[in-house]
Amino acid sequence: MIKLIVDTLLSQVRTLWLVFLKLFKKKDTVEYPDQQPYMFPRWRGRIILSRDPDGEERCVACNLCAVACPVDCIALQKGEMEDGRWYPEFFRINFSRCIMCGFCEEACPTNAIQLTPDFEMAEYIRQDMVWEKEDLLINGTGKYHDYNFYRVAGKQIEGKDKGEALNEAAPVDVRSLLP
Amino acid sequence: MSLEIGSFLSIGLILGVVIITAALLITVERRLLGFWQERLGPNRVGWFGSLQVVADMIKIFTKEDWVPPFADKFSFVIAPGIIMTVVLLSFAVIPFAPNIGVIDSNIGVLFILAMASLGAYSVMLGGLSSDNKYALLGSLRAAAQMVSYEVFMGISLLGVVALTGSFNMREIVESQADGWYIIPQFIGFVIFLIAGVAESHRLPFDIPEAEQEICAGYHTEYSGMKFGMFFVAEYIGLVLISSLITVLFFGGWLGPEFLPPILWFSIKAFAFIAFFILMRAAVPRPRYDQLMSYGWLFLLPLSLVNLLITGVIILSMQ
Repeated sequence: MIKLIVDTLLSQVRTLWLVFLKLFKKKDTVEYPDQQPYMFPRWRGRIILSRDPDGEERCVACNLCAVACPVDCIALQKGEMEDGRWYPEFFRINFSRCIMCGFCEEACPTNAIQLTPDFEMAEYIRQDMVWEKEDLLINGTGKYHDYNFYRVAGKQIEGKDKGEALNEAAPVDVRSLLP
Repeated sequence: MSLEIGSFLSIGLILGVVIITAALLITVERRLLGFWQERLGPNRVGWFGSLQVVADMIKIFTKEDWVPPFADKFSFVIAPGIIMTVVLLSFAVIPFAPNIGVIDSNIGVLFILAMASLGAYSVMLGGLSSDNKYALLGSLRAAAQMVSYEVFMGISLLGVVALTGSFNMREIVESQADGWYIIPQFIGFVIFLIAGVAESHRLPFDIPEAEQEICAGYHTEYSGMKFGMFFVAEYIGLVLISSLITVLFFGGWLGPEFLPPILWFSIKAFAFIAFFILMRAAVPRPRYDQLMSYGWLFLLPLSLVNLLITGVIILSMQ
């Protein structure tokens, strides 16, 4: 009983002392609008669409991001260019729904859709939260500098036949292997 | 007009300083709590957030002064007034300095205890008249807590009174000239400190208003300046308890010559105010039954034993 009382008393005094010492510690607060916090490069913020090193859109309108999106905030329509490339006719992200989970970035086979460390996206009008392709596209490659989907993929487009992609073997006529 | 006990200048000074201090404490408390939780606290309005209290005041004065239709209007309205009056009246007997004070009363300590008892009415009336289950629970808790902690708040003071041989606060201060009562009456001091926290229902013992359990307790239905009066009265109560501890156990205005007596009093009182805020930052709230059993089963016997031993020592010294 006496031990319990002494222990609890000491514990209270120790608590008070330790909390008092916090007066001299560095504060954790970042005074945000005056002082920008350091944003980590992998921070999942505003979504952008990047371009390949040649300046073409990377997005091939495969719809995987729209499928992966848990809140269904991505909408797009496939279009096809004359040379056989696919591209999105429109690409729309509703940022009032987006939860910045980054699943679209993970799903994207061409590194087109990427999340950036920017988070200052507040708007007064709800309609302004819906971003079209013009708003999303940037004039750069984002996090992956020398990746070009059509250069490494086996997809046939004008000026690049089957087997002509980087590190791609020429196509094999499987019938020739038959006995 | 000269500065002496009971003069208008003295009374006005005490009233003004006490109320302004209580208002400023709102900012000071938020700031200190922030520091103790490793954040900054309000620092935007004015110099290092010093005008935050002005912003708070503007906010609270411009709020709608609303009485719920189901409340008992008369007691609902007078309840915040009672607690303001009662705590401010308690300052009448506090000796701030040899020449500053309202009355030089022979029953100073008793007067303070009587006023503390009256404070329970305000909390009870406020809670009961609100006709709200949380307010009712809060006021029931407050009534039980204040009544039971008053018992040994009084008993813990009796050691000091016995050592001085007087209920007069000024004589208590003057008799501490050759040694503060904190040394012979350490147990009494600790009990008084704890009872004082419970009496002003500050955080470790803020069970009557425990936000996490019963909304805001007895002032759940209050808004605007009526809530503000409860709020400011709590801070005035904090100043009162700190002043009382200073007067009874830490020699009031006594101190080395290089500072005037009133400054010594203020420094000591502010140290205790800061200590109460530190307690709010550090100590978690006990359960309600723990509070009651702690009071009746531990503090009451302890304070009686303390009184008994003090009495024996005083008698054997004669």
